[in-house]
Amino acid sequence: MTAPLIQIDRLSKRFQSGGGIFAKPRAMMAVRDVSLSIGKGEVLGVVGESGCGKSTLARLVLRLIEPTAGRVSFDGTDITALSPAALRKMRRRMAMVFQDPYSSLDPRHTLTEVLAEPFAAQGEPLSPDRLPEMLAAVGLPAAMAASHPHQLSGGQRQRVGIARALALHPDFVVLDEPTASLDVSIQAQIIALLADLRDRLGLTYLFISHDLGLVRYFCDRIVVMYLGTVVEVLPDTTAAPRHPYTRALMQSNFAPDPARRRAIEPLTGEIPSPFALPPGCAFASRCPRASDRCRRETPALGGDPAHPVACFHPL
Amino acid sequence: MTALLDLQSVSVSIGKVALLDGISLSVARGQILGLVGESGSGKSLTAMAAMGLLPLIGGRVTQGAVRFDGQDMAAMTEAERRKLRGGRIGFVTQNPMTALDPVQRIGEQVDVVSRLHLGLDRKAARARTLDLLTQLRIPEAAAVAEAWPHQLSGGMKQRIVIAMALAGEPDLIIADEPTTALDVTVQAQIIQILGNLVREKGVALMLITHDMGVVAQICDRVAVLYGGRLAEEGAVAPIFAAPAHPYTSALIGCIPQEGMAKGALRGIPGAVPSALAFPTGCRFHPRCDRASELCRSTVPPTDPRGDGRVACHHPGALA
Repeated sequence: MTAPLIQIDRLSKRFQSGGGIFAKPRAMMAVRDVSLSIGKGEVLGVVGESGCGKSTLARLVLRLIEPTAGRVSFDGTDITALSPAALRKMRRRMAMVFQDPYSSLDPRHTLTEVLAEPFAAQGEPLSPDRLPEMLAAVGLPAAMAASHPHQLSGGQRQRVGIARALALHPDFVVLDEPTASLDVSIQAQIIALLADLRDRLGLTYLFISHDLGLVRYFCDRIVVMYLGTVVEVLPDTTAAPRHPYTRALMQSNFAPDPARRRAIEPLTGEIPSPFALPPGCAFASRCPRASDRCRRETPALGGDPAHPVACFHPL
Repeated sequence: MTALLDLQSVSVSIGKVALLDGISLSVARGQILGLVGESGSGKSLTAMAAMGLLPLIGGRVTQGAVRFDGQDMAAMTEAERRKLRGGRIGFVTQNPMTALDPVQRIGEQVDVVSRLHLGLDRKAARARTLDLLTQLRIPEAAAVAEAWPHQLSGGMKQRIVIAMALAGEPDLIIADEPTTALDVTVQAQIIQILGNLVREKGVALMLITHDMGVVAQICDRVAVLYGGRLAEEGAVAPIFAAPAHPYTSALIGCIPQEGMAKGALRGIPGAVPSALAFPTGCRFHPRCDRASELCRSTVPPTDPRGDGRVACHHPGALA
């Protein structure tokens, strides 16, 4: 394997909420002790439900927020230690596509102004011939450059978001649920576009999603998160799940084939509050295989280095 | 099987804009009908028409009839229709976060339905509420009934909304994308709960969704809408085995599946047309790879196919 483009080393992020005259501040670990690497040209998927820390992880990797502990290296450089000026320079090699194309584009800007933003951030002019090229790369007509976001459909807006992310020819793009607010028909269009762009431009992706079916289709390796920690890393898209949570996620995906109907084994129990995590494995309260040990000790990510799992009773 | 809810070539307009064009579909007791299509294809509007709620959004039925248990909804008084809604027709909304009153305790919100529609007194209504919450596998039902909506998770709130829909002993439940706002593991739970309700209580369920995976998992029949018209309708198994309408097969092809080759997922080119500018002929023709001159000029008739119907000039063969 070639040297990884991104190396994440024991990354943690703690958030504090509340705290006022009457309320005590409460703290939660949105991301706890996560280590990962992303190879050049790889599509790494991160999957989990709301509150699992996947979006926080995405922001930490680009240092859009500061970690509480741990390091992120980009192409051998520790970006958590860079000065603001050096970070800004480095940033042209990384970009992000946001979940909601309705709120991530300024409604008062034309597409020309939206797409000029990355250049302005780097103190460069946008040459006029780049604009039609940028729009064409994401399948939008050049005539759209003068439009405002409200004149576009959700799918078209997300294409603009992708064009903006690719403006400075980055090596690495974080995709934070880029299709979650779109129709399935448009989702498939956007995924096909992202796959084409990766092949054409040799991009490396970190793809965040709640949809394991989509991640298994699109990604090379899959990281499964639950309440701030990595519970399993699937080495490829066909690997059988070893963590009970991963299996539950897989079973929650219905194939569009009535011949493959199945009895759903619903998870019982509730997701614990991240502000008051119980001791032991965070999944124990919903896990059909949980033992006393799971409620006492926290399992570490381990076992086969190619397919690590954090579980005392893996499948 | 006699239909409980029966829409007979229903057309709907808001102002001068025609949105639904001749929709016919029906649901029987003990049956789950999936209503699918992209956003803007007319699914929610069909549900509003079925519940007689169109005046609320300034819409009206311009043609055809909606019958509930043999009665023409248009011939009823508004008071009678209001009695049906929440009573014999339960409704589960898409977003449980906004469906509950934030300043009223959970139990009271469920109680009020059976007090209003079944005429129960306070005590009996609360007993019924607790019974419903327990049936929906809500742990510590009594404590949850005393809680405020903001104290509950999304999946829990959606179960409360389902409990409210069930409280009036409905014969028909209309669920509009009931799991869209929820996490995937919770979605599976809710889908299973809805499926069990139909099998155990024999209610009819109209399930609006954009997910063909959900349809394949629990529906008996499926109606595919596009641009305010019915594209295809029929029993789930034959339609998934051999979809006749190219839009149906395109929708099925949008779901990533195990073992699908990379690059196989292409989506549907283009976008849903606006009701202000529906294409001529078949409304799907600008996005369809089977489109011919006939499709561009002439609206396809709705023909019988198997035990269902399809509106396409070039339908796929039966399996």
